[in-house]
Amino acid sequence: MSATKLSAPEQTVPPRPTPSLRGRTLPKYLPPALLGGSAVVCAAALYLLDRWNPAVWAILAAVLYTAAVTVLSAVVENRRKAVDRLVTSVVYVCFTVAMVPLVSLLWTVLSRGLVRLDGYFLSVSMNGVTPSMDAGGVYHAIVGTLLMTLMAAVISVPIGLMTAVYLVEYGRGRLRQAITFFVDVMTGIPSIVAGLFVVALWILLFGPGHTNGAAGAIALSVLMIPVVVRSCEEMLRLVPNELREASYALGVPKWLTVLKVVLPTALSGLTTGVMLALARVIGETAPLILTAGSSAVSINANLFEGQMMSLPVFIYSQVRMGGAINYERAWAGALTLIIIVMLLFLAARLVSHFFAPKTR
Amino acid sequence: MTTTDPSTTTRAPRGRRRLGDVLFAGGAQGSGILILAILAGVAAFLILQSFDSLAANTANFFTTSEWHANTREEPAFGVAALAFGTVLAAAIALVLATPVAIGIALFIVYYAPRRIAAVLGYLVDLLAAIPSVVYGLWGIGWLVVQLAPFYAWLETYFGWIPLFAGPVSTTGRTMLSAGIVLAVMILPIITAMTRDVFLQVPQAHREAALALGATRWEMIRMAVLPFGRPGIIGGAMLGLGRALGETMAVAMILSPSLVISWFLLQSGNQTIAAHIALQYPEATGYGVSALISAGLVLFAITLVVNMAARFVVSRRKEFA
Repeated sequence: MSATKLSAPEQTVPPRPTPSLRGRTLPKYLPPALLGGSAVVCAAALYLLDRWNPAVWAILAAVLYTAAVTVLSAVVENRRKAVDRLVTSVVYVCFTVAMVPLVSLLWTVLSRGLVRLDGYFLSVSMNGVTPSMDAGGVYHAIVGTLLMTLMAAVISVPIGLMTAVYLVEYGRGRLRQAITFFVDVMTGIPSIVAGLFVVALWILLFGPGHTNGAAGAIALSVLMIPVVVRSCEEMLRLVPNELREASYALGVPKWLTVLKVVLPTALSGLTTGVMLALARVIGETAPLILTAGSSAVSINANLFEGQMMSLPVFIYSQVRMGGAINYERAWAGALTLIIIVMLLFLAARLVSHFFAPKTR
Repeated sequence: MTTTDPSTTTRAPRGRRRLGDVLFAGGAQGSGILILAILAGVAAFLILQSFDSLAANTANFFTTSEWHANTREEPAFGVAALAFGTVLAAAIALVLATPVAIGIALFIVYYAPRRIAAVLGYLVDLLAAIPSVVYGLWGIGWLVVQLAPFYAWLETYFGWIPLFAGPVSTTGRTMLSAGIVLAVMILPIITAMTRDVFLQVPQAHREAALALGATRWEMIRMAVLPFGRPGIIGGAMLGLGRALGETMAVAMILSPSLVISWFLLQSGNQTIAAHIALQYPEATGYGVSALISAGLVLFAITLVVNMAARFVVSRRKEFA
């Protein structure tokens, strides 16, 4: 990437009037100056026309800057350089465009969520609260989310981890190829289809109309297993082969080698992978609407009996009610959910940072 | 550190089969087979449960748009409008997201200052960490309000294009809004895939292009993009798979109706996934079974798209 510039040899003779080898280039300060200039010009124009709008301003400034720098470059430099500068600004714009939703989303969730997010909101349920009453909270949803996610993890981590062990340590031939391929395909299953799968299974097992937390947890684990397999497989592949060979050389059987050498070495990576998988399924909504119900209002800590609320479904059902107070609850619930997800991400980072094995 | 595959290079010492080895290997293999069984089970149970309603359906399932399934007598329903809406929403998302994602990947790999490139890449990954229901809330609570005047402007000046014909929805709860939110959601997926292949472009190719006097863009066009094309296609298809199956953003933003409409600025259309989420709580009679058959169609579509994507991506790996 680093195109090292060759500095021209020191010239002892005075420069001749013939065109130099390098051709003319725009001075380095020009692009930033142009950008600032077009921003100011657009702001002034919009202000004078009395149509001030930050989005329109940003778009106009970007277009004006791109046009100006391209034309100037085409005049002063050459066509190829002009195209290069054009693409450079387009690429920068692409990245900025992607940051707009991220920043605006985080900002709206934070500013609107903080209105209602307090100790009261976190510690009470919606039991006995009518939709428009200025009361109620999210405690029952937090309990449901944690319980169902925990059960999903209890199901998926052993299956996912053992499959990863199989793929890395044992698998060969057709079966391994098939599992690798279908795990990849399984990552792409729409979450609502996972929910329908459990619905279909439950109808077969218990008859129609049964919703409980366990059904939600199983739907979540269908979504979680492939993620766990992928990340664990990657981590197990990073374990140096010398460690396995050293263990075999000491006469340790293969299963003990995996259990006592390979897995402990990869432990921090495995933990990180599981936490990221948790962060992914904790925000799933659609399968839970189908399997755990969307109308529970009271605290239910029993996974096998009755409907169970969760944070994402809480947000969704509040939005469906549509009143101002419901939106306030939804924003506060969204903030709670995002905080939980971010905490999981942070914990995953910390684990991989502090407990990573010292290689070398 | 060796990165070779341990299962093919290293063998455990030969000898009598120990009980622990047999159990452990069996457990590992069993988990792998269990995953295949789950995937087969998903297909099997969906087919099994959809049979009930499909047999009773009085309309053609694939060409009908109406949905009268919440009854025990003569249900009539079909996925024509739903399938059209699903593909339309995903297509809008793909068209919007792919060029931006390629630009972001180029930015992170070749344009951004080295020091902060990793942080910027992390910011894009953060988009993938936000739950879909929060995207839906943001879309309905903030984005559509911002987009409504833009739609009016679009209709005034580009209304002659059939896609943007009026009358414009004043709430902004249209197919285009849903598509825009879906585009934001699949952006990190396409970016991650594209970035990975861009990082693998052989340095010799890039340096050769630069040494011949190519500008940075010429280097990218001659060395990076041809090498990265399968990755871009694979990433776009993975994003497509995600957009096809995404439920909450569409269910919360779009104000639905079961019609086949090309007018992106009017309310209308509906996707399979959102339809299931909205209808399921009220489903009676053949309703649940009918929704399961719609889910089966969605499952089949995403399965084909995902398998094709994985095939494209894995084929590239063999040559890289």
